[in-house]
Amino acid sequence: MTKKQKKVFIRIIIAAVLIVVLHFVPVQGYLRFLLYLIPYMIIGYDILRKAALGIAHGEVFDENFLMAIATVGAMLLGVYNEAHGQEGEFAEGVAVMLFYQIGELFQAVAVGKSRRNISALMDIRPDYANVENEDGELEQVDPDEVEIGTVIVVQPGEKIPIDGVIVSGNSTLNTAALTGESVPREVREGQEVISGCVNLTGLLRVETTKEFGESTVSKILDLVENSSMKKSKSENFITKFARYYTPAVCYGALALAIVPSSINMVMGNPANWSTWVIRALTFLVISCPCALVISIPLSFFGGIGGASSCGILVKGSNYLEALAQTKYVVFDKTGTLTKGVFEVTKICPSTEFQNMICGKGYSPDQALLRYAAYAESYSNHPISKSLKEAYGGEIQKTSVTDVEEIGGHGVTALVEGERVAAGNAKLMKKLGLTYEENTGVGTVVYLAVDGIYAGYILISDVVKPEAKEAIAALKKAGVRKTVMLTGDSKAVAEYVSDELGLDEVKSELLPADKVNAVEQLLEEKGARENLAFVGDGVNDAPVLSRADIGVAMGALGSDAAIEAADIVLMDDNPRKLALAMQISRKCLRIVYENIVFALAVKAVCLLLGALGIAGMWLAIFADVGVMVLAVLNAIRCLKVKA
Amino acid sequence: MKKTYKIEVDCANCALKMEDAAKKTEGVQDAAVSFMTQKMKVEFAEGADISTVMQAVLKACKKVESDCEIFLD
Repeated sequence: MTKKQKKVFIRIIIAAVLIVVLHFVPVQGYLRFLLYLIPYMIIGYDILRKAALGIAHGEVFDENFLMAIATVGAMLLGVYNEAHGQEGEFAEGVAVMLFYQIGELFQAVAVGKSRRNISALMDIRPDYANVENEDGELEQVDPDEVEIGTVIVVQPGEKIPIDGVIVSGNSTLNTAALTGESVPREVREGQEVISGCVNLTGLLRVETTKEFGESTVSKILDLVENSSMKKSKSENFITKFARYYTPAVCYGALALAIVPSSINMVMGNPANWSTWVIRALTFLVISCPCALVISIPLSFFGGIGGASSCGILVKGSNYLEALAQTKYVVFDKTGTLTKGVFEVTKICPSTEFQNMICGKGYSPDQALLRYAAYAESYSNHPISKSLKEAYGGEIQKTSVTDVEEIGGHGVTALVEGERVAAGNAKLMKKLGLTYEENTGVGTVVYLAVDGIYAGYILISDVVKPEAKEAIAALKKAGVRKTVMLTGDSKAVAEYVSDELGLDEVKSELLPADKVNAVEQLLEEKGARENLAFVGDGVNDAPVLSRADIGVAMGALGSDAAIEAADIVLMDDNPRKLALAMQISRKCLRIVYENIVFALAVKAVCLLLGALGIAGMWLAIFADVGVMVLAVLNAIRCLKVKA
Repeated sequence: MKKTYKIEVDCANCALKMEDAAKKTEGVQDAAVSFMTQKMKVEFAEGADISTVMQAVLKACKKVESDCEIFLD
């Protein structure tokens, strides 16, 4: 509790004790009123002051006003009764104020607590950076003051404060705060590191490549902190609702106080002024809209906080809300559904080759890969890189001689005295060899050793392991159509699409065609359906902003993605989109629960209050009780089943 | 020109009132108040003097919600 809250807490206790004591004090008449006035003023002076200030500034009809009118009215009614020789009821007015304050205090504490919880989830702000001074000692400085190109020292257990490149040291990094990924990442000298990661094991010296304000951690914090500024339709609805609702109930209460009594007077019956006035006051207490006004932003804030703890950054409540209605999901292929890196996916040695290397101690696959890697060892082409990576072993470049690159065909070289040719089908034809026509999708490297066709190696972009599951999960979550857009060839596109079970695929598209394709789909969909585009942020910024919801994969390293997208999946896992939809749905469900629950309880209580069935005590429940329940319900948004 | 200010406000409804008041202030293009993060984001109109505008915003907010605070620095 803050100081302010503690003060209110003490006032509540004093007032509560006084009410109980006064109940047993045998005084009568106006003295009793004056005694009750003491706890009333203790507990309610700030509300009365705010109400008076509000009226003075022309800001009537807020909850302070409602509470002030209701309680002052109740107290005056007591005085009125005393004046007419009956015993006045003063405890009620004080109790209403007391419970209102208890409710407000609870709300402030609950909201403060969840706010801190959410901030803790996003607690990645580094407090300092270590810079070595001339004596070689470490000095802690404000990250804001570190210039680009400064070497900073990150000790184990510290957060990396600024993006940069490791100049010395190696370590493992915990990237959980940025990606939601719990497996630590290994880093070595020369690698880029991003701010917000926690250094786990070794000492790192990092040369900064960005200013603090431009570093990943600042951008992410900025994004999360501003997310609640973009308000959802539900929030706007409540704002508008409160604008008409509060005056409406005030006039309703006024009518309730005057009209029935007046009619009674006209009809010649006893007017019963005090009965109707107290009903009107009850009506006012019930009507307070706090439950809605506080619980709905809290729900969205909780949902956004819960999502960010899973590595899903949502830029605004409006996007979280829109996500629930996602019916069309359009994917970019490379980097989104596939890893975007080329890997050896198939090794196919020929029978002759298998006979040839029989008994040499290698498996045929390994031997073929070895020849390929050796032959391509001098090349830096992505294909040769993936060959070398797949081979994995050390390559003795000295045993490779006579390397000859044949443009558009491939390469021939002497590997340990054997003439190896590695290249495409044209190269095989040129060498006059018969070869197996490959049917797989991707790039094929054919190999010949000493004039004998040795087999082929297939290299292709690999589908992400989570991609298939992601598509299935989206379908299960109610997505009607999944579409893949790619600039790649038709064969590759269709292969990936079949593998993953996508509904539609559009291939061989230029970046501009992607925008057109998305626009076509936008026209096709219904008014209450949303289209989400998922891309890796490379070249698809226009599409990201054109779609109802732009989702960028992998905030790590792609600033453009963070800027253009509405939702950022921090790790490259497409499975997170379905999770984000789940969070969105849960959040909206809670919001609707609260709207319906609060309005229903209020409507029933208002009716009962107007009819005189419900008294002040029920009114207090309808106000404070509903608010407490709504806030507790809203806090559930924070919890996410991963 | 956009700027974000730290604020102190006790209730969500009061935050809404502050937002309304800030939006109506002259020299303010748009304003948003987040009760949850206790921040106010103000987009200034072209050519507006930030410090005068913010004084006016503070005054307008104080008027609708006497307990609020905007930290101008």
